[in-house]
Amino acid sequence: MNTDAGAGFLAPLMSGAGMTAQIFAYSAVLTIVIAFLAGFGRMSKYAPIRIATAVYVEFFRGTSLMIQLFWLFFALPLLGLELTPLAAGLVALAFNYGAYGSEIVRSSIQAVPKGQVEAAIALNMTPFQRMKKIVLPQAVAMMLPAFGNLLIELLKGTSLVSLITLADLTFKGMLLRTFDISSTPQILGLVLIMYFVMAAVLTLGVRLLEKLVTAGRA
Amino acid sequence: MNMPLATKEEATPAAGRLTPVVRYQNISKSFGDLQILDGINLDIAPGEKVAVIGPSGSGKTTLARLLMTLEEPTSGTIEVDGELLWHKRVKGKLVRANEKHLHRIRGNIGMVFQHFNLFPHLTILRNCTEAPIHVLGMPKEEARERAVEMLRKVGLEDKKEAYPSQLSGGQKQRVAIARALVMRPKVMLFDEPTSALDPELVGEVLAVIKEIAREGDMAMLLITHEMEFASEVADRVVFTDGGKIVEQGPPDQIFGDPQSPRLQSFLTRFRTKR
Repeated sequence: MNTDAGAGFLAPLMSGAGMTAQIFAYSAVLTIVIAFLAGFGRMSKYAPIRIATAVYVEFFRGTSLMIQLFWLFFALPLLGLELTPLAAGLVALAFNYGAYGSEIVRSSIQAVPKGQVEAAIALNMTPFQRMKKIVLPQAVAMMLPAFGNLLIELLKGTSLVSLITLADLTFKGMLLRTFDISSTPQILGLVLIMYFVMAAVLTLGVRLLEKLVTAGRA
Repeated sequence: MNMPLATKEEATPAAGRLTPVVRYQNISKSFGDLQILDGINLDIAPGEKVAVIGPSGSGKTTLARLLMTLEEPTSGTIEVDGELLWHKRVKGKLVRANEKHLHRIRGNIGMVFQHFNLFPHLTILRNCTEAPIHVLGMPKEEARERAVEMLRKVGLEDKKEAYPSQLSGGQKQRVAIARALVMRPKVMLFDEPTSALDPELVGEVLAVIKEIAREGDMAMLLITHEMEFASEVADRVVFTDGGKIVEQGPPDQIFGDPQSPRLQSFLTRFRTKR
């Protein structure tokens, strides 16, 4: 076994971790945007919008992320639409986790007590003002813990993009292994630790945000 | 048709002369098979204080919720200051009003809820300034001044930077009253404002409402189980049962000389419960 393995593996793994962080950041933003769009879509007063979003959510929740990824990357080009690996990865991740996120958005908004909306109506706020000033601030506070969980799932889910040639942390780890099979425990150990550190930073960030938005409230 | 035992003319001499600020005309409301209100006719004169009493489930709260546009009537019309609330007249026909119309008429009405419904994410001051700033378009400074003035009136000026969770139930309800007052409604609805309070906190809220009632120019619809309070504050007391107005009149008459058997038994039950 190679004794100073850790040091030699660190640089390539770090560059992979950078790629993972980048993919995570982009897909997280996209996931949240889609979660809100689909979450509101589920509650739309227009039936076609409700049905369309329900179909989207159930389809993406009900099929494998890996197959969605393969489909976008390997199948779509045969139908004439070629996506870059990054684009295919982001789309698959964001649509998949966005489907889960939409349920968080919907359930949190519906969990704001009805009396809050009624008080806003009694103060003659418009439907938009009720949502923006009264319902959403309270709903977002309720969403945060669940979104924290979802984003950690998303972070770990990004490892699948290694299967469509993106050089993320998992990809780099698997690559290093092929040069030095005997160091597999160290390499994959480092990969685990790096995912864990990124998840820990994420958890801390979400906690901080929770404290921030619930300041002053019981 | 439901015949009130005391006629409107006897009960409210003022109502005949002025355009009523609120007029319920033949209002019915059902939830599925359950009929809550059954052909209610009720006028409230500008500045008049009307207390509504009656057993639970008699439709009292629904009366207020229809006026606040929280529920839509099944049939009948409501006028606010001479204008239809839930309907618009298009080519002589009544059609359901849109949100824009509701928004315009609703500005005349304010409401205090049984469960306060303060906004937990906003300070007491911002609970009172959000609507004047964003709904009435009042400059921030003016809204602040007005909110502080109203908080002073309910005795809670020193709590303006606190959050609702830091207040007692009685204090929350007083804030809710201040919040509604800042909007200067022509009619204020109180939906059992003390029913959710611990007994020792009821007094402070009733005192604030009495004080506001004394000041005069705002009409009030007070839905309450506090008979003593009703008789002190109200110009007229309306007794509802089974979705109808069974009897109405001045407090002395309603409490001192009830005519209908249903009101008599309601008051007897109420007094023995105390």
